[in-house]
Amino acid sequence: MSAPTLTKAAEPVTRPARHPRRLRDRLRRDWPLLLMVVPAFLLVLVFHYVPTLGNVVAFQDYNPFAGDTPFEAFLYSEWIGFGNFEALFKDPSFWDALRNTLAILVFQLVFYFPLPIILALLLHSVLSPRLRSFIQSVVYLPHFFSWVLVVSFFQLMLGGAGLLAQVVRDAGYTPPDIMTNPDTFIVLVTSQAVWKDAGWGMIIFLAALAAIDPTLYEAAAADGAGRWRRLWHITLPGLRSVIILLLILRLGDALNVGFEQFILQRDAVGRQAAEVLDTYVYYRGVVVQQYGIGAAAGLFKAAVGLVLILAANKIAHRFGEQGIYQKS
Amino acid sequence: MTVLTPRRPSRRPVWEEKPSVLGQLGKGTILTLVTAAVLVPLWVVLVTSLSSAETINAAGGYVVIPREFDPSAYVVIFSGGLIGRAVWISTLITFIGTAISLTLTVLAAYGLSRSDSVAHRPLLFYFLLTFLIYPGMIPSYLVVTGLGLKNNLLALTLPTAIQAFNLVVLRAFFMNIPSELIDSARIDGAGEFRILTRIVLPLSKAVVAVIGLFYAVGYWNAFFNAILYIDRNDLQPLQRLLQGYILLGQAPPNVGGGAVVHIPGIGYSAPPSLAIKMAVVIVTVIPALIVYPFIQRHFTKGVIIGAVKG
Repeated sequence: MSAPTLTKAAEPVTRPARHPRRLRDRLRRDWPLLLMVVPAFLLVLVFHYVPTLGNVVAFQDYNPFAGDTPFEAFLYSEWIGFGNFEALFKDPSFWDALRNTLAILVFQLVFYFPLPIILALLLHSVLSPRLRSFIQSVVYLPHFFSWVLVVSFFQLMLGGAGLLAQVVRDAGYTPPDIMTNPDTFIVLVTSQAVWKDAGWGMIIFLAALAAIDPTLYEAAAADGAGRWRRLWHITLPGLRSVIILLLILRLGDALNVGFEQFILQRDAVGRQAAEVLDTYVYYRGVVVQQYGIGAAAGLFKAAVGLVLILAANKIAHRFGEQGIYQKS
Repeated sequence: MTVLTPRRPSRRPVWEEKPSVLGQLGKGTILTLVTAAVLVPLWVVLVTSLSSAETINAAGGYVVIPREFDPSAYVVIFSGGLIGRAVWISTLITFIGTAISLTLTVLAAYGLSRSDSVAHRPLLFYFLLTFLIYPGMIPSYLVVTGLGLKNNLLALTLPTAIQAFNLVVLRAFFMNIPSELIDSARIDGAGEFRILTRIVLPLSKAVVAVIGLFYAVGYWNAFFNAILYIDRNDLQPLQRLLQGYILLGQAPPNVGGGAVVHIPGIGYSAPPSLAIKMAVVIVTVIPALIVYPFIQRHFTKGVIIGAVKG
């Protein structure tokens, strides 16, 4: 008990130099640190926060020629309230884009989301460590490829002039139309997402699997639980919190179904099937230069995304999980 | 690798049932298919890029079984012209971008790593908020073009230069460096900058390198900003060229125009258009292949820790 009191008594004498109370002293001590943050701070300000505020052009009839610089153009452009949103909601192609985005989201949640879990379970059950790490290395790899490369590989293998078509044609049949068929486009983009990222998504489940106490399995086996019962009562509960966390993150990112993947294939497949919110914003805003409507669509997307993530987090809390707010 | 591979005994525990033959077979088939789905396309593209016109014609397109080694497609790529230029542009963006990103991220991460410094909490929040708020494509476009960065390679680097995730990972690592080390350096009269370069950075070489590689892969793969901000042909990065050749079906240059390449030991040959296209694919893949083992070894651990802590 005496030691703490000793240090406490000594504190006023030795500590002030290290823990100055007054802001001016602390600033004098910390200014080099603050200076180091400045460049990154400015870049984020200019390229992240200024554009975030720039979303107000969604409420303007933004005319880039109203002034000499975009800032002047912004000042001189006319405020039109919700006019852009009205125009947006009257545009049938906007609804196509929204419908496609949501359809792809739901489809991927059902058919893509479980795959990394299944893959992790399969790989976890491989006994040889060498084989396991080889397979792991191979399936992670496409995560580091760009979308252009991924779509290119699909085109080269499955496209009209691709390897599959070459083999099928040699065998005397008509090759299937995989890369340009709007009806099956949703399957195509999901398989591309699987090819690119299922292996990478597996990492986190492998880590969670490794964290499960093996004695649980042994005890369950001793109690007569078979392989499937152990999977159901030990493995899946062990993965539960990770699964819920990833589901929330996926939902929060829901409307970002992937700009590059769709812009790359939009022309080959057609607007009806391949237009998503991101490509809609791009075509409306950048290509046709209706900046106001493009920004309105972007803002709508951001708002819906925020609502989705809040809702998902709420549901997670109800399930007794932490959700993402307790981020340290 | 050891950190990734779940610790599972390499022999089956006694209590576990022997798997059925059907189960084993199914598992083997699925895992073989999964691995093949990644390796076969890479293999076919590599072999075709190294094949001569005769082999490609004989195969009717893609070559699966290699017959000879003909690097003329690569000679064409690296002998200048549009493709050579795109390789150069992509390399430039990757180096400049990574240098900017890494320098600023390290500085900011160190600046925020002292748990009692002025305003470090609101500043950290300022960076973390970029996770939640997405600025929107149109306003970003207006800001970047408003700064006069259209057709400027800086438009491909500056807007994406700071990734808050990397900043947070790096900061967490810096905070784990024993404060006694830093204190003793300060007593010896070292300023913050000297402490960063002489003590903190040497101790965190591996993390910094991996974060740098992550940034580099990002810049090499970037495509979206090139669509938005680069119109000029001579500034197009490799990814755009790939899009043109493979997805839009444009013919690569030097084809049919009698572009003959001399290869020592092999003689003269005109590489077929398909081989050139495949060589562009391979050149685009290679940086990812090179850096990937490093990233995999060090970074996945960070990803797991970050994600599990959530």
